[in-house]
Amino acid sequence: MNGMSAYLTIFISTVFVNNFILSRFLGLCPFIGVSKQIKPALSMGIAVTFVTTMAALITWPIYNFILIPYGLEYLRTIVFILVIASFVQFVEIVIQKKTPSLYKAFGIYLALITTNCAVLGVTVLNTDTFFVSGAAVAGSFIKSVVQGFGAGAGFTLAMILMAGIRERLEFADVPGCFKDIPITFIVASLMSLAFLGFSGFKI
Amino acid sequence: MISNIVTPLLVMTGLGLFFGVVLAYALKILKIEVNPTVFKILSKLPGSNCGACGKAGCAGFAEALKNKEAMLSACLVSNDEARRSIAEILGVEFNPKIRTTAVSLCNGGKNAKDKYAYNGIKSCKAASLVFGGQKECGFGCLGFGDCARVCPFGAIKMTSGGLPEVDAAKCTACGNCVRACPKNLFELIPIERKYYVKCSSMDTGNIVIKACKSGCIACMKCEKVCPVGAIKVESNLSRINYLKCQDMGKCFEVCPTKVIARR
Repeated sequence: MNGMSAYLTIFISTVFVNNFILSRFLGLCPFIGVSKQIKPALSMGIAVTFVTTMAALITWPIYNFILIPYGLEYLRTIVFILVIASFVQFVEIVIQKKTPSLYKAFGIYLALITTNCAVLGVTVLNTDTFFVSGAAVAGSFIKSVVQGFGAGAGFTLAMILMAGIRERLEFADVPGCFKDIPITFIVASLMSLAFLGFSGFKI
Repeated sequence: MISNIVTPLLVMTGLGLFFGVVLAYALKILKIEVNPTVFKILSKLPGSNCGACGKAGCAGFAEALKNKEAMLSACLVSNDEARRSIAEILGVEFNPKIRTTAVSLCNGGKNAKDKYAYNGIKSCKAASLVFGGQKECGFGCLGFGDCARVCPFGAIKMTSGGLPEVDAAKCTACGNCVRACPKNLFELIPIERKYYVKCSSMDTGNIVIKACKSGCIACMKCEKVCPVGAIKVESNLSRINYLKCQDMGKCFEVCPTKVIARR
């Protein structure tokens, strides 16, 4: 597979089959913490999509041109955290100055994402998937970015689904000890089972 | 061999230094000047971000105050002391506001008859959509506690009698319950006033008696007994004028259905 169809496959598979929250179980804290209402869930999703895409964009050249030539692949986790954290801080400073309205829309979410495992997960996964024995596969840069964007889109999808369910759950007659977080965990596991349908069982 | 140690050290230091310098530089040229006045006002505000002022949290309210886009009295939570110091910062005159707390205006609950068995969503808003709620009295409390759920200060508790009870010490008069109640059963009254009419029914006395054991039947006794003319019966419902009321409690003693409550 080459060209558009390859990118489309990567995108679809990261959004549905390997959904970051519901199949890979990354980024669970915002999934529970910010999913009470649809609007903040959507804001969080958009912020995460933006950061995962940009993180994929930045970490690829750093991995390819700095870590691989010096044989420092084992340092990728710590380097990627450094890169993502600085990048998010940088973006926050810039948009706070240039577009205060966007800054208000992102609110606290941008800062929360700094140490989100979904973002780190995307970058690490990119290096696992698109580098074969220390060399980049063809078109791996764009594939990385597409996977980053797909991860964010899948995250947003799961967040909105969860927020929609939780908004209705408010009115449900839930037994006292299951109220709020416990019932949310149950809902999350059921959603995860549903998403298993995209990949299917392998026995 | 030594390069195995030196290279990662150099690379990490280089990367760290690079990002550090970029961030420091960005912070320097893109510095945001937080207005010191706004910062000072913000420190005096309650910081609960309840949104009763209609602005985006206390920070938004502080900004609006500085730009003269909001009235100081719009903040329902802050006390007189905080208001006075904010007025000083802004250089405007301070008018003490009468502090108010919420009271619920229904004495029905278990005393009020049901007109049908309601088995739907346990929310007053939802119940009131079905023929105006399950109570025989169209004005009364439905008892599902929407008010208790929206109170950000935990001042409202549902009693075993099926009615909300406001803890005046915790109430900050943010007005969330006033907006949440589908029957408009909350009113903010001055904190020093002890008596209020705990009924909202504008039905005539004979209808009230059939629906509820503790409703206002508009017997006019309170109006006659009040020496300062602070309580009047209008539209079959007794109402207190809190500017005239002097807390004598005569209406409280005389009321045959115990609708006038003391707190």
